[in-house]
Parts: sequence; C-alpha cells; structure tokens
Amino acid sequence: MAKHPDTDLLFKALADPSRRKLLDLLHAHDGRTLTELCNHLDMTRQAVTQHLELLEAANLVATLRRGREKLHFLNPVPLQEIYERWIAKFEKPRLKALSELKERLEKTDS
Amino acid sequence: MARSTCVYVTYIRTTPEKLWSALTDPKFTEQYWFGMRSESPWKAGSPWKLVTGAGEVLDSGEIVESDPPRRLVIRWQNQWNPELKAEGVSLCTMELEPHGTAVKLTVTHSIERDGSKFIVSVSGGWPKVISNLKSLLETGSVVLQDYERKH
Repeated sequence: MAKHPDTDLLFKALADPSRRKLLDLLHAHDGRTLTELCNHLDMTRQAVTQHLELLEAANLVATLRRGREKLHFLNPVPLQEIYERWIAKFEKPRLKALSELKERLEKTDS
Repeated sequence: MARSTCVYVTYIRTTPEKLWSALTDPKFTEQYWFGMRSESPWKAGSPWKLVTGAGEVLDSGEIVESDPPRRLVIRWQNQWNPELKAEGVSLCTMELEPHGTAVKLTVTHSIERDGSKFIVSVSGGWPKVISNLKSLLETGSVVLQDYERKH
C-alpha cells in the first residue's frame, strides 16, 4: 500500500466517541492488548478490532508484537500535527493570554 | 517488551537516505531538534551524545546497531537531571521503511522499569522533534522554534 495516512482519515478516526475512548484508554495506560481494551468497552471484540484497525490506518495507534500478543500504543504524532496545523496557527497572542488567565483563575478556585 | 515503552510513527515525503542523514548529521539535527546536535561516529559500539549549542551534554550513551538507511539503535541515558539519570540506560530504536513516495519512521523508546519518569520526559519531546523533522524535510522549515513546556 503506497498511500500514507491522510488528514480526512485522521479526522474520521477522531470523529467516533468509541475510538476517542480507545485513545483515552491508551493514553492512561499504553501498550495494551486487545483483550485489555475490550474489558473497558461495552462492545463486541469484533467491533473493538474494527475501531483499532481504523485508528491504526489513521496512524493514531501503533502496534508491536510481544511473543504471540499484539500490543497497542497511542501514537501522538498526528495529534501534534493537527495541533500545529489547525489550532496553534489560529491562536492569536490575545486569545492565548485569555486562556492562560482562565487557567490560573480555575486553579485558584479548586 | 520493556516495562515502560513509547512509540512514535510518522510518514515523511523523502528518501530513506535523506532521512538517515537528517537523523545522523549534527548540522541537520540542530535545525529541528531545538538547537541540539546528535553526535556520533554512528558505528555499533561507538559513543553517542546529544549536545546543546553551548556544548552541554544533555544525554549520552552508545550506538548498539547502525544499519543505514534502515535501522539505528541507541543506548541512551539522560545526563542533566539526577532523577532521570538515576533511572539508568534506555533503548531508542529508529526504523526507516520505504512507503511509496514516503518513508515510514518508527521511533520506539523504552526502559526496563515501571512508571518511568524518563519515558514521560522524552514523550513530551519526541512528537515535537518528529513533527519539526517532517516539516523540515517536506517544506524546508520547522514548525516549532522553541520547546514550550506545558507544565
């Protein structure tokens, strides 16, 4: 397969709540097997497999083999790229100062 | 599988030879690795270090495997932070695979201890370094000039 993952596929991967949950699960504890991930989701093993395949095609998940097991890892690189392409460049200094103030105020509240 | 592992994958529109050069030429790494030079003779058994512009050694170790332009494995230990240095030596593997008009770069960084602070620390840097590297090779300029820590 010569084509490498594209932006449309990346956003499609992120658009689904179950797939975002999978990314959150991997972020909390990386290097998980399919079985471990299924235990945290209320869906069939096959459904989880299909979601993981799409995430892998979008390059959000990388897999490594440990013996007979396949371990899934969150690959944060495309997320960094989305941040740079679609968020950071739209941030004006004033917006940034506002969000920093918001953060500081919320910290003193809690 | 090491007890703390992180994996990064990106596809860069370049050739394996150019990417290998970008990873192993200090004048090149300086441009995308926030001013740091990655220096080594790049042969198995030879020493390796990551040095700032001012000459301070941030990380060092040795080359375990060097198979241009396919695979580079570095034994890597932090030098500047006593807590991270005490965790010992980590292993960083870089694999370059041709993928049509692009090269798939997989960086795997691992250490044999649970809950490694060192791995947490490098996991903040790798996405930015890789993103800069990709941008530099594809467009001629980097995205991030300064390494901004979120915490």
